[in-house]
Amino acid sequence: MPSISRDEVAHLARLARLAVTEEELDTFAGQLDVILRSVASVGEVAAEEIPPTSHAVPLTNVFRDDVVRPGLTREQALAGAPAAEDGRFRVPRILGEEQ
Amino acid sequence: MTTMVETMDYDEVVERFDPVLGLEVHVELSTATKMFCGCATTFGAEPNTQVCPTCLGLPGSLPVMNGAAVESAIRIGLALNCQIAPWCRFARKNYFYPDMPKNFQTSQYDEPIAFDGWMDLELPDGETVRVGIERAHMEEDTGKSLHVGGATGRIHGASHSLLDYNRAGVPLIEIVTKPIEGVGARAPEVARAYVTALRDLLRALDVSDVRMDQGSLRCDANVSLRERGVSEFGTRTETKNVNSLRSVERAVRYEMTRQAAVLAGGGEVVQETRHFHEADGSTSPGRVKETAEDYRYFPEPDLVPIAPSEEWIERLRGTLPEKPAERRKRIQQDWQLSDLELRDLLNAGAVEVIASTVDAGATPDEARSWWVSYLAQQANTRGVELAELPISPAQVARVIALVNSGELTNSLAKQVVDGVLAGEGDPDDVVAARGLAVVSDDSALNAAVDEALAAQPDVADKIRGGKVQAAGAIVGAVMKATNNQADAKRVRELILERCS
Ligand SMILES: [Zn+2]
Repeated sequence: MPSISRDEVAHLARLARLAVTEEELDTFAGQLDVILRSVASVGEVAAEEIPPTSHAVPLTNVFRDDVVRPGLTREQALAGAPAAEDGRFRVPRILGEEQ
Repeated sequence: MTTMVETMDYDEVVERFDPVLGLEVHVELSTATKMFCGCATTFGAEPNTQVCPTCLGLPGSLPVMNGAAVESAIRIGLALNCQIAPWCRFARKNYFYPDMPKNFQTSQYDEPIAFDGWMDLELPDGETVRVGIERAHMEEDTGKSLHVGGATGRIHGASHSLLDYNRAGVPLIEIVTKPIEGVGARAPEVARAYVTALRDLLRALDVSDVRMDQGSLRCDANVSLRERGVSEFGTRTETKNVNSLRSVERAVRYEMTRQAAVLAGGGEVVQETRHFHEADGSTSPGRVKETAEDYRYFPEPDLVPIAPSEEWIERLRGTLPEKPAERRKRIQQDWQLSDLELRDLLNAGAVEVIASTVDAGATPDEARSWWVSYLAQQANTRGVELAELPISPAQVARVIALVNSGELTNSLAKQVVDGVLAGEGDPDDVVAARGLAVVSDDSALNAAVDEALAAQPDVADKIRGGKVQAAGAIVGAVMKATNNQADAKRVRELILERCS
């Protein structure tokens, strides 16, 4: 049993709005399966008494004061954008429905 | 949007079906900075001028939580009688849409900071309904998209879109109710009363501007119907874009009549997002919802967990304002109102604005007379709630103070209020810009009085002959000559002095 099916890859591709060919689905499903199996091997060492860990450092409550700090100018913000218009980031037509 | 949709008569709907509501309210916090970076949150700034590497999702940037936003979230939770989580985290909600430049939204998911609470609402007739609160969680707002080339600024038919990320990362609290059942025909009214009560509570907590017109308070209404006597919930729809209290009521009512017609016709309600249309009060289908799984939530590795201590929570509990019911009782005593008078003020949405005006220095009578007369007319003309008028209680209190100090007459004061409502700034700015200060200089007034007396010698003679009532005509002439900027009472005194 592969850890990710061809159908799941197709579903992910649809969510990402990526056009993936039938041939590519097979390729990606195979490649992702290798990656997922490698990651899953970590689970084999994790014993019952080890809780799932999201943070390596046992820190909590790291907060910042609510004080405004200078950010980027509009020119700086847009400098790396592939396209800009009217001081805004310009992106291609959005496919699908409004959020 | 223009296709005719079948709806059922409302009386028949509630005879055959039980509505179940779920309300999700998003509230933008009024912190000075964003949730995870130090960018300003000022409303209406030029596009992309309140951004930095963190909120633009640039490589190498790291988020740090805004402590004030977390405190606001805890206070909101406490005010809604919720439990506060002893330990919770943020998650990444992944999706492909350009309103978040990071390609994910940082949001709490299955570990909300506050959960399992309730709020009591009082309906216009005095009946109380308790609404359960499922949870209140922290997240960040998204950027604003502008769709270019389409017919109505919508995505459909657009050639491309333009993004402003000033709003991306502004702290947002999402407050979700438990299913509201058993309210029957009153469901639309209850929905409105809930959002109203929540808005008033958030305003009293001073955590948000709660301006529905500016999007700092937004409501999504989940509605489903089930046949009477059936216990399972029906399929629900989620109506978005409901931007006023009145719209909340209309949207719920419309969905009830639409879904009832679908069900009665043997059809099935589709689980989907629907858009509300202010113009005709209808809703139209939007996207079919992606499932939670599609968002591939996972704990945010760049933010450490939040673990509020008991001491911290209790300190914040100590900062909560009076409970609404106690507050109403106190206000009724302080302002010496009958039950009926209080109910009228509550139904007019006037209690909180009057109270805030009193807090800003006015007497209850003064504050009340402005809000229930002149400002009520303005709100009525604009079709908005009193609290939605673009004038703050503090500004009203300032106008009242200017009247009391004799710097404004009542009629000038109305012009000042008009100026504030028109966006001309604070009362003092309007007075200066429009030149509305009272002419209190007696010598200037005497000159105007003499001129008016000279222009109407017959009237002047009558006054001199003892017909004091005739002075009214001269007062009118002087007021006209001074653009209503004189104190009529003082003018009258001067006229009588001159003619004695
Ligand atoms: Zn930023």
